[in-house]
Amino acid sequence: MKSARNHKLAFWLTFCPPTLWMLIFLLVPILIIGIFSFSAKQGLVDISASWVLDNHIRAFDPVYLSVFFKSIGIAALTTLICFLIGFPVAIGIASAPKSWKPVLLMIVVLPFWVNLLIRTYALIAVFRTRGFFNFSLEWVANLFGIPFEPLTLLYNDAAVILGLVYIHLPFMILPLYAGFEGFNKSLLEAASDLGAQQFKIITAIVLPIMAPSIISGCILVFIPALGSFLTPELLGGPSSQMIANVIERQFLAANDWPFGSALSMMLIYLTFGALALRYFWLRRRNFSSTENKP
Amino acid sequence: MNQQQRKNCQNRIFNYFHQWWFRVILCCTIVFLYAPIIVLVIFSFNDSRRNVTWHGFTFKYYEKAIHNNNLIEAFLNSLSIAFFNTVFSLILGTLTALLLWRFRFSYKSVYEGIILVPIIIPEICIGIALLVFFNLCGWPNDLPWPLNLSKITCAHILFSFPFVAVIIRARLAKFNLDQEEAALDLGANHKQIFKNVLFPHLKPALIVSSLLAFTLSLDDFVITFFMSGPETTTVPIKIYSMVRFSVTPEVNAASTILLLITIVLAAIAIWIQRGWAKEVEKS
Amino acid sequence: MNRSILQLKGISKNYGTLEAIKEIDLNIFEGEFFSIIGPSGCGKTTLLRVLAGFEITDSGSLYIENINMQNVPPNKRPINMVFQSYALFPHMNVLDNVAFGLRVDGVARGEQTQLVKSMLSLVKLSGLENRLPHQLSGGQLQRVALARALIKKPRVLLLDEPLSALDAKLRNEMRQELIRLQKSLGITFILVTHDQQEALSMADRIAVMNDGTIQQVASPSYLYEFPSNKFVADFIGSINFIECQLSEIDGDVFKFITKISKDAFTVEGNKSLRIGQDCWLGIRPEKISFKDSYVVNPHHNKLSGVVTNITYFGQASMYHVEVTGEKTATINVMENHSQRSSYTTNKVGDSVVLCWSTESISVFTS
Repeated sequence: MKSARNHKLAFWLTFCPPTLWMLIFLLVPILIIGIFSFSAKQGLVDISASWVLDNHIRAFDPVYLSVFFKSIGIAALTTLICFLIGFPVAIGIASAPKSWKPVLLMIVVLPFWVNLLIRTYALIAVFRTRGFFNFSLEWVANLFGIPFEPLTLLYNDAAVILGLVYIHLPFMILPLYAGFEGFNKSLLEAASDLGAQQFKIITAIVLPIMAPSIISGCILVFIPALGSFLTPELLGGPSSQMIANVIERQFLAANDWPFGSALSMMLIYLTFGALALRYFWLRRRNFSSTENKP
Repeated sequence: MNQQQRKNCQNRIFNYFHQWWFRVILCCTIVFLYAPIIVLVIFSFNDSRRNVTWHGFTFKYYEKAIHNNNLIEAFLNSLSIAFFNTVFSLILGTLTALLLWRFRFSYKSVYEGIILVPIIIPEICIGIALLVFFNLCGWPNDLPWPLNLSKITCAHILFSFPFVAVIIRARLAKFNLDQEEAALDLGANHKQIFKNVLFPHLKPALIVSSLLAFTLSLDDFVITFFMSGPETTTVPIKIYSMVRFSVTPEVNAASTILLLITIVLAAIAIWIQRGWAKEVEKS
Repeated sequence: MNRSILQLKGISKNYGTLEAIKEIDLNIFEGEFFSIIGPSGCGKTTLLRVLAGFEITDSGSLYIENINMQNVPPNKRPINMVFQSYALFPHMNVLDNVAFGLRVDGVARGEQTQLVKSMLSLVKLSGLENRLPHQLSGGQLQRVALARALIKKPRVLLLDEPLSALDAKLRNEMRQELIRLQKSLGITFILVTHDQQEALSMADRIAVMNDGTIQQVASPSYLYEFPSNKFVADFIGSINFIECQLSEIDGDVFKFITKISKDAFTVEGNKSLRIGQDCWLGIRPEKISFKDSYVVNPHHNKLSGVVTNITYFGQASMYHVEVTGEKTATINVMENHSQRSSYTTNKVGDSVVLCWSTESISVFTS
């Protein structure tokens, strides 16, 4: 590690290109929508930077507030379901024989590389009214001679949650896996030796020790789920729109950029709020190491 | 019995892997994750438009996809964007990683945080922010190919290079600085050290991160959605418009082709990373 | 003292093709301080984990106070363990760590605090109740781990290399502490260690393990003086082995010819050996003396050689004496410096005659 002061040329050569890129294509655009969020729309296209709070106040209109609450609710439920599936899968993989671990991990991670759109489309193909799921149900129903009406599985909130869980599950499993791998397994044996049952061991030892990984996993699922656009767009019905869909409509349909900017800024605030919560929670937790000192 | 063997044969009490509930949940999860994709691939070969029952094997939807000029054009656009994205992300990401690895400067932790912002904040926010930005700064819309793809490429570089930086930074952290000093001691100059010591060490990370940058670009939908115009569609955008229209075997075929490319790239990346993990274990 | 508390009959445990422990029979008595030692990989830790219930055995049976414990899970056994890494719960303070075992047993709150208080004072940790493990020193961690296991009033306490993470001074202190606790509580302690000094200084009886089997079970002094085989003799303390052939048996007197120099040694005893058999004679370095310091005695064996090296230890010196004949061998001789002048007598290069009494020899067949 060298001081920037003593190696000026090398420092500026490595510092400038990425910094400029961030400045031009991230900070400036976000600054612009930050300013837009306090601006007023004049006529059809003109926008004046007038420092008004109208857009933010409008975001608290019951119509939009309910979208916010719904988005938070859907994201939270997605996170919870991902945790309930991801936790047993992660600790199971972590305790698998060494030769199995990389294979199982790869199986779990590979879908992350597959296009989001393709995965969502695959879900549509399976769960639509004339899809494979209904087709299989019908086959089973016919087997038992029960009359069968195809179920409407898509275009509702449940479908959105299903899609979000489907897409974000790997983000939950990976940190949980790393968390379970990271601590000394004799803690489990010690707890068992002292008389604790499996369930007690998980609630009293495993969960508290894995808490930082659990929080990381939840943040990694919650934030993208909260801002998701494609999944509610394709799988949701007219009433299951999330914030991102409303934002998109403000820009591409309603053409109300200042209001759309205000909504985007609020989504960004929510994101950073969630990150800040995690940060303060980790700081408050005053034991950092999960291993005992040697 | 050594430590290694002991680890291999963990006792059965905390071996959740051997418990039935884990196996049930794991199997269900794998089915949940893969069944839709596998069904999608299988039915791209189905000789029926209705897509539900099997009517025999056919390649005709692939032929249709190949003769669909719009799709081919989108495909070429996607590949060129991915290529330029990979090159620029690799340069910017490597510079960032070297900067964070090599230098001490004020507000470094803040800088490290800002680098991660494009990964953290919702894609929709980046998408609309760039939409507004390109509109306001009057970025020309009527450039010749491939310059008309520059808006999308710039946006892709923005969210790709932080990933590259993270991967290369992690690899650099494993670089033993004694190696550099040993090389200096043996009379090598800085250029030789970079070429013979540092670069070979970074090579697997460079390959993995370029594969990641390529697939990230190939896969991106949300941000591209706000940047693309009628002349500048990419494969995901094209598939999206097809999906909105209807669920047809052509969409399956186009998706399968894209899927195949990403799976191959991912498999190479994961394979390289496994070798890399083994090397770490040895040292 | 002699009531058996723990019985192992033909216990075996395989990991795949690897036999970690083979057909182990062992009897451990109530209230004794028992130690299991052996080189790393000999199966001693596996054996301990079998006792705790963390490993499921492939064959054999395990009785604790005459009750078959084969299918009893660890949380139901009247046995507790102190882990090598201590395995203290990092998110719980000292009080919660020690009280954990009582809590899962549903002991009432008031009783819990009382028991924890008295246990912490027993291990001299009073006043540290609210510390977290990462705020404690190595010795304190060790005491918390002990308290946490002992509070369950186990019939048997297992200790897996408990002192290996401590520095030399603290280790000595903890040895005395462990002996004090064991005597005052009267609980059976089973200590696994690779450090023979630890076992010799603390245990009432020691089991020496190698390659998954028990080589010998005996008291420390018996083990040292009368090792039952070459491995035990070599593992406990240091010893010289002289390759010999039995040439004559005259009643209780056995006559051996060394393969090194063709010198003849006599050993008295009652052994079933036949003439012409190859044997190893084992002599501890401190049992050998230089001839001039000994009155010539017909019961003494003699061997001559040249001092090649001297290692100085302070309280004693080790002389490395090279004996050359048809073969060359190095014999180590330990000489205590009981008087200030004694270590100056022999120098490197001096020709010396070594002698020892016939009783100090152990005979091993290969």
